[in-house]
Amino acid sequence: MRLSLHTAPEVPLETDCLCPDQLLGKSAKEIAKLLVFHGNQRAELGEFFHIQEGAQNGTVTVEGDLAKVKQVGAGMSDGKLRIVGNVGAHLGAEMRGGEIVVEGSAGDWVGREMRGGRITILGDAGHLVGSAVRGAAVGMTGGEIFILGSAKNEVGNGMRRGLIAIAGDSGDFTGVNLKAGTVVVLGNLGLRSGAGMVRGTILSTQPAELLPTFCYDTTYRPPIVRTLLLYLRRQGFTIEDVYINGPYRRFSGDAIELNKGEILLYAG
Amino acid sequence: MLIKLSGGTVYDPAHRVNGRVLDLYIQDGRIVDPPVSAKVDQEYDLRGKVVMAGAIDMHTHIGGGKVNLARMLLPEDHRSDPVPRIERLHSGCGHAVPSAWVTGYRYAEMGFTAAFEPAVLPINARQAHMEMADIPILDKGGYVMLGSDDFFLRLLQAGAEQKLINDYVAWTLNATQCIGVKVVNPGGISAFKFNQRALDLDEKHEFYGVTPRQVLTTLARAVYELGVPHPLHVHGCNLGVPGNVETTLKTIAAVEGLPIHLTHVQFHSYGAEGDFKFSSGAARLAEVINASHNITVDVGQILFGQTVTASGDSMHQHANARHAHPKKWVCMDIECEAGCGVVPFKYRDKNFVNALQWAIGLEIFLLIDNPWRVYLTTDHPNGAPFTSYPHLIRLLMDKSFRDEQLRRLHPEAQKMTTLASIKREYSLYEIAIMTRAGPAELIGLSDRGHLGAGAVADITVYTPQENKEEMFAKPAYVFKDGKLVVKDGQVVEVTWGTTHTVKPAYDPGIEKQLAEYFDRHLTLKLDNFPIRDEELYEDEKGSVTVHPCWGSHNR
Repeated sequence: MRLSLHTAPEVPLETDCLCPDQLLGKSAKEIAKLLVFHGNQRAELGEFFHIQEGAQNGTVTVEGDLAKVKQVGAGMSDGKLRIVGNVGAHLGAEMRGGEIVVEGSAGDWVGREMRGGRITILGDAGHLVGSAVRGAAVGMTGGEIFILGSAKNEVGNGMRRGLIAIAGDSGDFTGVNLKAGTVVVLGNLGLRSGAGMVRGTILSTQPAELLPTFCYDTTYRPPIVRTLLLYLRRQGFTIEDVYINGPYRRFSGDAIELNKGEILLYAG
Repeated sequence: MLIKLSGGTVYDPAHRVNGRVLDLYIQDGRIVDPPVSAKVDQEYDLRGKVVMAGAIDMHTHIGGGKVNLARMLLPEDHRSDPVPRIERLHSGCGHAVPSAWVTGYRYAEMGFTAAFEPAVLPINARQAHMEMADIPILDKGGYVMLGSDDFFLRLLQAGAEQKLINDYVAWTLNATQCIGVKVVNPGGISAFKFNQRALDLDEKHEFYGVTPRQVLTTLARAVYELGVPHPLHVHGCNLGVPGNVETTLKTIAAVEGLPIHLTHVQFHSYGAEGDFKFSSGAARLAEVINASHNITVDVGQILFGQTVTASGDSMHQHANARHAHPKKWVCMDIECEAGCGVVPFKYRDKNFVNALQWAIGLEIFLLIDNPWRVYLTTDHPNGAPFTSYPHLIRLLMDKSFRDEQLRRLHPEAQKMTTLASIKREYSLYEIAIMTRAGPAELIGLSDRGHLGAGAVADITVYTPQENKEEMFAKPAYVFKDGKLVVKDGQVVEVTWGTTHTVKPAYDPGIEKQLAEYFDRHLTLKLDNFPIRDEELYEDEKGSVTVHPCWGSHNR
């Protein structure tokens, strides 16, 4: 099945119906009637998208510049969603399973409070990847988010389980309030990484300035880093052998919390 | 236009009308005497229905900083209760802290036509009023919080004359457009900032050297001498602390006959007996209240379920934070004035303390003989969201239902309460007193809360039912200012209420002293501080109603 944007929305368009669970098994006519919100006005999906029925192979492809289209794939539990172009905020929010691939860049809140499944973004992502909403304590609790470009601030805010990997740089407060789970940044970490983290792992292959509440423990070659980075390489990340084999300096923190989190920085 | 409400069974305690079949006439938004020969434009047949004035919630946290903090803290509260937009109604959300529009709709849908925000900090008053301006249908008003503010404590420390304090209180009431004065943990919020973690009635504030007793009596006297109808609204010392009924009784004695209103007394009526060192002080408190003529109370009943507590009492919210559910909270310092704390709570019937709190609240309702002296509140949202009022009314009116609920409680708590032996059931007349006539008289709203000629036509019509919860949850009609706003428990028209205020006179000489103080210590210039009347009606929705300062009824 293929949807292509024919009219660009003037204001953000909220389309939590753009998700294989809700689209597959429906006819093009039914899909065109699905409810979306254009700003605060009710509208139908067909007012913005052409719908082309295709082979029922469990894949939905959406084309066009969806930078103003929000909540794409929100709550998705199964199937595959392929987006050719950029996409707006809250991509795959509260997603439980299935796979989203974005051949472009994504807005803020990618995989907000995600519970399972996988999101791959070939371009960049905005702020708050895999985060909790404001006021909530717990963000992503499962699944994987792969970003082959860079991401902005507060990656994995409140994350409890799962994996976020970023090929490029991340912004400030990477892994802030991390409960557990793993954040891998192959580029540079921004400022104040891991602030308030309780448990969990933040790994970077580049040097970083850490908060004074993080203490150096040791330099070692933990086997998990090798396993993890080899896994990411198989998923399409370009990782040099030195990082896979190399020693890492381990810092524990955040000392204002439980001090059971770790930041691993490549020590080559 | 003349509207006739014919044949309803009317409960109007202000005129001692107890279930008499009467016709009511409405013209230009007010109730009028039966006209001799005018043509009735519209008639509602209310035969078999129960007719009361619109209900008044005299203590409910619906506007201001702490309400917004609670909203920001609790995304789960919004998610659990989304309200879609339909026709002329705004969308919104929230169970414990609903959005402003939804607050108005839900109150109106239960037959309420006025609600009073009890914790308006002077420096946040503008924001509180602006937010309440977005609450439709209801009349609004606020009680301004004094007693922990630096300016007042300095006056007290310096031994200022009562006259000067009165001027300051009157000036504050004028500047903040409020209708009453509230004191929260007298001096204690300030003491908390000086690292004191408790402040009993006669304990000295470490920095200013004044005691809560002084704060309380000085403010109670100021409100009394200014003739403000609503007596000082007191949230006493030691909120939630086992054994605090002693403090509450001492507080009543401390004011020496001056009128005061004790708010959410349920949280201030605990003994420290029994295996758990926590017991009911309701009987002792009720006995004293039954014997004194200067005290009114509202209960602050807790009901089981998830809610959030929002209070200016940062000292006790700090102590309560360890019970937070979900586990998060906010504590704030607000300039030189006060502070606030927001702690989400889940009251559980299987928890001994919560179960007994529930029973204590009901004991207070049932042991205070005179319904003119006790008002129906849950201290929304601190004890429970206001939407649980119909449930609470059923608990009061239906002994068998109450006993059934009691049997579900923690077994030890059941042993510690006398609730099972209390036979009293509230009548419709008594409910009308504690939700209409009583609060109107207490606050000084002479043309609300009753159905006499000249009163504003805020009228609620219920369909009598055996199940009082269903009856009070869904009125057949609600009229606000003579307009039909709710039909069959659904909002059919959105109107805008007024803001009730008092404006006691004061000597403008106080402003010179205040200007110096503002320049030196506060973030605002004195000129920008007072809220002008225009600010309340320039959005073309609001209006200001000033009530005369002719003193409180329970002097």
